[in-house]
Amino acid sequence: MLIETEGLTRHYPSGEGVVAALEDVSVSMAPGEFVAAMGPSGSGKSTFLNLIGCLDRPTRGRYRLAGEEVARLSTNRLAAVRGEKIGFVFQSFHLLPRADALANVEMPMLYRGIPRRIRRERAAEALARVGLESRMHHTPSQLSGGQQQRVAIARALVNGPELLLADEPTGALDSRTGLEIMALFQALNRAGVAILCVTHDADVAAFAGRTLRFRDGRMFEDTRYPPVDAAAMLKQSFS
Amino acid sequence: MNAPAEAPRALEAPRPLPPLPRGRAGLSLGQAMLAALAALAANKLRAALTALGIFIGVAAVIVTVAVGAGARQQVLAQIQSLGANLLVVWGANVRMGGVSLGAGQRPNMSWDDAQAIPREIAAVQVAAGTIRQQQQVVAGNQNWATTVIATDPDWFVAHDWTLEEGRFFTAEEAMAGRKLVLLGQTVVQNLFGEENPIGREVRIRATPFEVIGVLGRKGQNPMGQDQDDAVVMPYWTARRSVMGASRAFARAVSTISVKVHEGEDMAAVEEELRQFFRQRHRVAANEPDTVQIRNLSEIAATRDASARTLSLLLAAVAAVSLLVGGIGVMNIMLVSVTERTREIGLRLAVGARPADILRQFLLEAVLLALLGGAVGVVAGIGLAHGLAGAAGWPVLIQWDAVALAVAVSGLTGLFFGYWPARRAAKLDPIAALRFE
Repeated sequence: MLIETEGLTRHYPSGEGVVAALEDVSVSMAPGEFVAAMGPSGSGKSTFLNLIGCLDRPTRGRYRLAGEEVARLSTNRLAAVRGEKIGFVFQSFHLLPRADALANVEMPMLYRGIPRRIRRERAAEALARVGLESRMHHTPSQLSGGQQQRVAIARALVNGPELLLADEPTGALDSRTGLEIMALFQALNRAGVAILCVTHDADVAAFAGRTLRFRDGRMFEDTRYPPVDAAAMLKQSFS
Repeated sequence: MNAPAEAPRALEAPRPLPPLPRGRAGLSLGQAMLAALAALAANKLRAALTALGIFIGVAAVIVTVAVGAGARQQVLAQIQSLGANLLVVWGANVRMGGVSLGAGQRPNMSWDDAQAIPREIAAVQVAAGTIRQQQQVVAGNQNWATTVIATDPDWFVAHDWTLEEGRFFTAEEAMAGRKLVLLGQTVVQNLFGEENPIGREVRIRATPFEVIGVLGRKGQNPMGQDQDDAVVMPYWTARRSVMGASRAFARAVSTISVKVHEGEDMAAVEEELRQFFRQRHRVAANEPDTVQIRNLSEIAATRDASARTLSLLLAAVAAVSLLVGGIGVMNIMLVSVTERTREIGLRLAVGARPADILRQFLLEAVLLALLGGAVGVVAGIGLAHGLAGAAGWPVLIQWDAVALAVAVSGLTGLFFGYWPARRAAKLDPIAALRFE
């Protein structure tokens, strides 16, 4: 299993009491799976994503990532796990505004002590794989929203992670560009990258093969289904 | 639109990348430096204004230390020019029948007193009686009014005189009353210009003298008198040929220069001298001294101490401006951390450790301060030289102070950058990513 959680719980102190952001979630995810986490805001899906992404530690419960118990790791070890095993894609892209696409994609490798020559090659390769080889020296402001999200995906892929975590990746994009991004995710997934995508949009969840539904901090439904093909849908709707 | 053309391409290729080799964990110093420089370059005006505080502090330190050191060097040179371990004896204020005649107005010391001092007081190296008079000195068709100093060869020793050219006169020549003179450099300039005066003749009160030496340059004494504007001749020569004093004061001298052996207690020798003259002049126990004794280098030392105090005060002011500059650095780094909260969140998310974030922001603060410091060094040295040229102040660049100022500016960046950098490193990645 790539991900195994057991009774994963996260409480936040709030005023006099505690808020149970996530309560007792036990779930597992195989390598190469494409899973959507759905629910309204405050349902616990984002807390779940943060815990899976090693950005946060659970109050209770266990979490094994690729066989390694990560729930109790030190801050520095968690940073290393994030750098090596996980790639993040955010709703608002989070690109460095003054750096060009290549420098943005290179950035995660700086923290792994990768030599400059290898960084350059690798970042260029990652950009080529998301179809941006001709935009390497453009800054984010010179790129469209879809292109910016592709740069962010290239950045997430550049360290060779086993797991891609996406937080509303199409939330800031128009429907056609969003469809293109989902088609890219599906292609990456077919090539073996596991993806966990948080969304509140059932249409987006339909591109994954499995949906976890959250409400009030609990996961109450885990369904598997044949995914909709985003590339085919793109061709059908826009050509 | 280029999107449809790109989309199918992207679908063909995205295989995952091969695993990366494991490098050294953490951000390298060079990369942190580049990131810090890029962050500073992104806000050039802000960085420049912040560095200005440090710049002013460092420049002020360098200029004040240079001016202070220059002033001290000048004072020390003056002390040197007076002669080291030197006491000068003057006639005291003499009263005749209740009327004060003024200090030194009536010669009450003789050439023989001067001769007796080294014999009587062991700590004294040499003593030379001197008499001075304003005279017109003529050479060819040039003339110059200057001070004629009539004394013994020991006087050159007592006042640490050096020779520019020629020689001093000897004790035998002095006793024989030979008509020889040495000229100060101001006199040479005014009478002979660029010509060599050795062996030439000068006339004082129509008497010809042979120039046998030119004294080394001493410049002004602490009282502002030009010590090079003088003609020196043997005491007995002056008595016979120039000064023509009345018979009563035929052996009188107006001052006696006393050089004390190195390492002797000047105050003790001063007291011995006082007792020596009380005895020799047969002063009753209730009468005041007939002579006064001045320790000239002590006067100069007092000036040195006040110059030192002044430069310390100025350095303190400069240090305060460095402190203010440091607070400016802290302020701007806090602003920078707040502005870049989302960036910090992102960096943490992609694998940066808190130590990497700390290092990056700390380096930015240190670079900012060092930048101000480096420009401050250049401006400080330039300003010091400018002052030396324009205002004629003696300045002396103290390179250890320059090094210290640069080091302190770097430390200022480190000290005042630490808290903001720590704040950045302690950010919660989730909150930082959501920060608006």
